[in-house]
Amino acid sequence: MSTAAPVLHGESPKAPPSYLQAGHSIKSWLLTGDHKRIAVLYLISVSVFFFFGSLAASMIRIELVSPRGVMLESDTYNKVFTAHGIIMIFFFLIPAIPAVLGNFLLPIMIGARDLAFPRLNLLSWYLYVAGGLCGVLAIAFGGVDTGWTFYTPYSSMYSNTNVTLTIIGAFIAGFSSIATGINFIVTVHKMRAPGMTWFRLPLMVWGSYATSLIIVLGTPVVAITLLLVVMERVFHIGVFSPELGGDPVLFQHLFWFYSHPAVYIMILPAMGVINEVITCFSRKRIFGYHFIAFSSLAIAGLGFLVWGHHMFVSSQSMYQGMVFSLLSYLVAVPSAIKVFNWTATIYKGSVRFQTPFLYVLGFMGLFVVGGLTGLFLAAMSTDVHLTDTYFVVAHFHYVMVGGTIMGFLAGLHFWWPKFFGRMYPDSWGKLSALIIFVGFNLTFLPQFVLGYLGMPRRYHYYYFAPEFQFWHIASTAGASILAVGFLIPAVYLLWSLKYGAPAGPNPWGAKGLEWTIPSPPPTTNFLETPVVREEPYSYDAEAEEREEQAKEPTRA
Amino acid sequence: MNFPLMPDQASNFARPYDALFFVLTALTILFTVLVGALVLFFAVRYRKGSRVDRSGAVESHLGLEITWTAIPLLLGLVMFWWAAKLYVETRQPPKDAMEVFVIGKQWMWHLQHSNGVRENNELHVPVGVPVRLTMISQDVIHSFFVPQFRIKQDVLPGRYTQQWFVASKPGKFNLFCAEYCGTQHSEMGGYIYAMPPQEFQKWLASGGDKKRPSQPTMADLGKALYDRLACANCHGPQDTERGPSLYGLYGAKRRMTDGTVVEADASYIRESIKNPYAKINEGYQNTMPEYRELTEEDLLNLLAHIRTLGTAKAPGPVLGNAGPAQIGGANR
Amino acid sequence: MKTEALHAAHQTEEQPLHHQFEEVSQQNESYVVGMWVFLVTEIMFFGGMFLAYVLYRWRYPVAWYEAHTRLDVAMGTTNTVVLLTSSLTMALAVHFAQLRNRKMQLAMLGTTIALACVFLVIKAFEWSAKFHHGLVPGPGFLWDGTVPAPQAQLFYSLYFGMTGLHALHVIIGILVIGTLGLLTFLDHPLVKNDFIPTELVGLYWHFVDIVWIFLFPLFYLIPK
Repeated sequence: MSTAAPVLHGESPKAPPSYLQAGHSIKSWLLTGDHKRIAVLYLISVSVFFFFGSLAASMIRIELVSPRGVMLESDTYNKVFTAHGIIMIFFFLIPAIPAVLGNFLLPIMIGARDLAFPRLNLLSWYLYVAGGLCGVLAIAFGGVDTGWTFYTPYSSMYSNTNVTLTIIGAFIAGFSSIATGINFIVTVHKMRAPGMTWFRLPLMVWGSYATSLIIVLGTPVVAITLLLVVMERVFHIGVFSPELGGDPVLFQHLFWFYSHPAVYIMILPAMGVINEVITCFSRKRIFGYHFIAFSSLAIAGLGFLVWGHHMFVSSQSMYQGMVFSLLSYLVAVPSAIKVFNWTATIYKGSVRFQTPFLYVLGFMGLFVVGGLTGLFLAAMSTDVHLTDTYFVVAHFHYVMVGGTIMGFLAGLHFWWPKFFGRMYPDSWGKLSALIIFVGFNLTFLPQFVLGYLGMPRRYHYYYFAPEFQFWHIASTAGASILAVGFLIPAVYLLWSLKYGAPAGPNPWGAKGLEWTIPSPPPTTNFLETPVVREEPYSYDAEAEEREEQAKEPTRA
Repeated sequence: MNFPLMPDQASNFARPYDALFFVLTALTILFTVLVGALVLFFAVRYRKGSRVDRSGAVESHLGLEITWTAIPLLLGLVMFWWAAKLYVETRQPPKDAMEVFVIGKQWMWHLQHSNGVRENNELHVPVGVPVRLTMISQDVIHSFFVPQFRIKQDVLPGRYTQQWFVASKPGKFNLFCAEYCGTQHSEMGGYIYAMPPQEFQKWLASGGDKKRPSQPTMADLGKALYDRLACANCHGPQDTERGPSLYGLYGAKRRMTDGTVVEADASYIRESIKNPYAKINEGYQNTMPEYRELTEEDLLNLLAHIRTLGTAKAPGPVLGNAGPAQIGGANR
Repeated sequence: MKTEALHAAHQTEEQPLHHQFEEVSQQNESYVVGMWVFLVTEIMFFGGMFLAYVLYRWRYPVAWYEAHTRLDVAMGTTNTVVLLTSSLTMALAVHFAQLRNRKMQLAMLGTTIALACVFLVIKAFEWSAKFHHGLVPGPGFLWDGTVPAPQAQLFYSLYFGMTGLHALHVIIGILVIGTLGLLTFLDHPLVKNDFIPTELVGLYWHFVDIVWIFLFPLFYLIPK
């Protein structure tokens, strides 16, 4: 870190203005082609949706404190949990890391000036907002109560809520996702700087690339599936309705063909972030680079072959089930490989316990629990008991919140100074990470017990089994702590934009092309195209420690 | 306030399922602690400023990679195998299981015993006797879930699904609907009452909770409907040019006009009544009318009657299915 | 003939380079690869319905055969020829764009649009005939054949769904080709001296054609 007065960009006549300074009008933001500005637009919008999704979550947890609910009618409760799922999955978890961190960092990490298709990138944001608005309209018109999974025939023939409008929103958001995926794939293939070979890429790029492969192959399938539901609802073109000779389970196959890979869309980018943060804060090269890179591809590929593990009790045959169960155990292995490689990365490092690293630690613990509890569900017989119970809810929150959101927060805290040229107060960061970790576990650990006891999902009342109440109260208590944990970063991060200490180009002393340019970067990222000669993560913990210790010979 | 940790073990599946569950839990805790401890240990030991040996760190190690790939893979395969084996058992009901028929609808369960006793949101079963549930929905997808028995199976519109269990002790056990089905999904619950066999026999013979000892059985109702619809005009004791015989049909294999061979199970019989043209017996034309106005109850009753006309194993009329359910003798 | 050689032979003006790219070949390849990736998503999009078609045809082969006899094979065949021809004219448009022959390119684009409109008109005749005979799925479905009405209705659900989705893509294609034509006519910077937009639209149009090549035999040419 330089001790000279920080150079504020835009002031020096030699340095180009930062991307934040290049134009202040609304038009310059809303018609931008700059991937960094689009990332910031996405950051604002995903945060708004996360806020609304969290409100819905709070209402759910409040209701479940009592076996007979607290203040909502069942119809409303059903709409609230549906809204929670749809908002969090389609409008937060799927776009967040790719569209915020990926958009900003991908071109810079490979040494490019922008993504391959900047206008497509802007369109992707508009599609996202349009889809979100449809969803908001649907809620305003009274909501939808099918659950985010839209199972037929309930969604296509029985529900009298705003199914069509909601599906249109999800459909449009799907195209936003596809646009990002196309952009990333072409960018990684075609826009790498000289010397940036595939195996010199930061693993975050590998993660984004694998994610984009899943996006372009999977999202269209759920798009057409949901379209068919709308056609059945509106035009009575019924391919899922048993009255017309159709098969409601066909919907499930088509839906889960996307929605299972979708969970890998949510986790692979987070895993990408972990690679970047863990190396910087251990001051070490990543252990097993090739294994981690290929495991991302393996997860993407195998992830398309396991959708039937959501359907063990749906009436698919034993043999179908066995194939899916076996493949589900196989797809767990690449994730295990990553976790072990990350552990080995810390070995003999020089570890700094700053906020981004705390989120990495949180991720490691929570993702392991989440992933391993998935194996209970991949096992056919235990799944019979546990499917459609709170065990599943606990499992996926461990991987999606404990995994994806931890990864997102790690990345946000790592690259915040790069995005905005400001540092946030680290002690508040560490405090929030701790609160989130404690609150999260208290919220969701009891739900494993609840699931095993038999508490079904999507239940408003549980007066048939009032003995569940203890665990629900514990869970709600945890949720209130978790809510506080999420609110604090919103405050200090926003505060830092105006009052935070200015950050130089490389406040963490990190390796990677993004740290060689100013914070915040100029619009074209690089003044001249970099030529890459180094391997990624060329840290040397041993050398750094030796240097540090040579400076202080008197410390024992 | 009590904090229960696990549900009662009240069926033949509970103990094997729980054993598997506990092993999975143990493995989860083991690996979580292992990774967690290693991560924390390394992070603390190798924290910035600590004076420990950092020399000789490598970036890759094929042996390690293979080891930590192979071990999880092997463990995974073992768990898969164990779970799959158990699952296969739970999907193969014994042939002489006591039959109960379930119709799920928004938002209640309707259950029928073969001898005609009906229950709503409750099911009485004998302890120690295999019970097979044949289930169908009248509207959307539901799921029949009894946590204390560790059983669950989706209940679909348009076709039958089945599951079975043996209650291992008397008691009152929760029944839940486990597939979201609309407004009152969480109120679509009830109870399973497992009773000692003698008590159950008495309960069943005396007409169940409704105390109507001489009500018609499902097969009786089915026969009445069969006669009213004049099915025998085309389906006599022998094959005629108008229609194949239904005697000895249930469970038999029949060849269709397109050459495929189909087993005449419950779903086939149901489909043949509702959509006869879907599968036409070899040598016949599509002349059977569609009986689309029948309710699921009607269809189950007809099925019960057709079964009294004999199964593939015992052609010719059989009384066993028309009387009170068989009790005892099952070695579970 | 390699496009670069064509350029060297005929042109002096540079193809414009967009700011994010280093050289024109990188730019051209990026756009083409991007279009192919998009077409992969379109394959997956239609794929869902093709899967449903395959499953239900396997389940109800007799119904599928009988229901399809009500389709007009003559009109379907004509449409196939029309669309194939339009693919030819579109390919020619790309060819002339590469040669920077704006007049011929516009002529070919116009012909493609005209053929696409013919396709839609014939389709409109087909569909209105179906409406007349009550073969539209829904409460007004009238079926007098020997297979059960629900199964016939399933066939027609997929028929209208798939040919409808295809027709929607044809309409979008007409709009896109029309826009391309207009921009070419106005010598707009987006397309000036740059054949790539035309090539991309060409790829899209060929895809639309190929989907029809699959739809046609699946719906119109079912063997007994």
